[in-house]
Amino acid sequence: MSIDWQPLWLTVQLASVTTLVLLLLGLPLAYTIAYSRSRFKPLFETLISMPLVLPPSVLGFYLLLAFSPQQAFGAWLERWFHVQLAFSFAGLVLASVIFSLPFMVQPLQAGFQHLPVALLEASRTLGKPDHVTLMRVLLPNMKGAVLTAVVLSFAHTVGEFGVVLMIGGNIPGVTRVASIAVYDQVESLQYAAAHRYAAVLLLLSFVTLLLVYVLNRRWRAAPA
Amino acid sequence: MIELTLSRRLDHPAGVLHLQLDQPVADGAFVALFGPSGAGKTSVLRMLAGLHRPDAGRIVVNGVVWFDTAASIDLPPQRRSVGMVFQDYALFPNLSVRANVGYGAGAGAGGWVDDLLAMMQLTGLQHQLPATLSGGQKQRVALARAVARKPALLLLDEPLAALDTGLRLQLQDDLARLHRQLGVTTVMVTHDIGEVFRLADVVWRLVDGRVDAAGTPAEVFLRPRQAGRLAMRAQVLSMRREEVVIIVSLLIGQEIVDIIAVDADVEGVRVGDTVLLSPRGFDAIGGAAPGPLLKMSFRL
Repeated sequence: MSIDWQPLWLTVQLASVTTLVLLLLGLPLAYTIAYSRSRFKPLFETLISMPLVLPPSVLGFYLLLAFSPQQAFGAWLERWFHVQLAFSFAGLVLASVIFSLPFMVQPLQAGFQHLPVALLEASRTLGKPDHVTLMRVLLPNMKGAVLTAVVLSFAHTVGEFGVVLMIGGNIPGVTRVASIAVYDQVESLQYAAAHRYAAVLLLLSFVTLLLVYVLNRRWRAAPA
Repeated sequence: MIELTLSRRLDHPAGVLHLQLDQPVADGAFVALFGPSGAGKTSVLRMLAGLHRPDAGRIVVNGVVWFDTAASIDLPPQRRSVGMVFQDYALFPNLSVRANVGYGAGAGAGGWVDDLLAMMQLTGLQHQLPATLSGGQKQRVALARAVARKPALLLLDEPLAALDTGLRLQLQDDLARLHRQLGVTTVMVTHDIGEVFRLADVVWRLVDGRVDAAGTPAEVFLRPRQAGRLAMRAQVLSMRREEVVIIVSLLIGQEIVDIIAVDADVEGVRVGDTVLLSPRGFDAIGGAAPGPLLKMSFRL
């Protein structure tokens, strides 16, 4: 009984790269929104949360259109960067980043908002610039929120299906991730192979979520 | 020398408050900002720290302009030489006592941090996390951290309000000692008159956003003594007629005191009024043995 590990490996790669990009993007975004008093704040919160309620096929459809070289954005990318996003790994990463954005931003934003604002103010009156405050005071006191955001983003990207199918298709080694492979095997009535991918995904999801809850419990018990 | 002119509109649940302040502060002074809650005391402190923006005004500390609406200057808190002790301490939960104090002092200040820890009797606790400390210990850490940067201005927001009386007296001593040793100009928000007398050399009484009295604690709080007499505030709890006199029950501080009055004394006074009591001296009534009787002169 052999298993083609490539789709699983691709899934892990996609989820890791996506999570890393999301962390770098989500931290400043969540920080800005959490402390913003702008009247446009609800608008930004809405935009970030859209992927939660939007059918993945809708998001995938619009991204496919945008990535297409026949459209302005896709044509611009092709002309200036010689990049083709549709049906490529880079396109999958970009789509996953948009699709999993709320899973990164919302826990981080909640984490910031749960910290007493006096911590930020105290650090400011002690002469520290905000990026120092972020790294030395805020983030170490919301480890649970950071972990939740990272793991949820990772897990959500692993579980992605509709968006990948729309803009990535099913190209072995490029865009055929594990969730697509399951679908593909079922389509061709290869139930045993589908089972293997499905079981690995099930186990992976269970273990990552368990890790979040165990660690969060430990950090809550000890003064973080 | 600190030049301080501020005005700001504050939206309170009870209505709009116009905060207005125009008071200089001498170098090394200990100013108490005294007044009822909602008078705008904490807002003044936050505007000094740069955490709130005044609508208009000017703050100049030792020649450095921190804020000036006319010149569009508004230094962020990081660039103001302040130390602030917050009401709930705001210690960094992830850092040890020593790291909290060192955070303010910056790199290469190990010796100074040692001195501060010793001065605040924290040397033995320096490796503990804030969560393991008592209220009084947390307060001392917050104080050490606030002065670690050697600020030009130390701001204390009701620093001792959460502590019980014994601990508060002890920390008042610590605070007085720290102020004497460092000579840092200090502004403290408080609503404890005892604290004002123990610590402050200047008091600003803030009522409805305005300073209605400023001066030494004695000048501000003991002024009703103009006639050289003892006077105290009391609330009228009840008035009962007994024969020709009236027994008036008064709440003075937390004590209930009954005194005897005649009709003329209580004219226009109703239950619930706040009155000012002053002794009338050794008046005799109806030829009875003379005893000390309180004459009540009523105000408010």
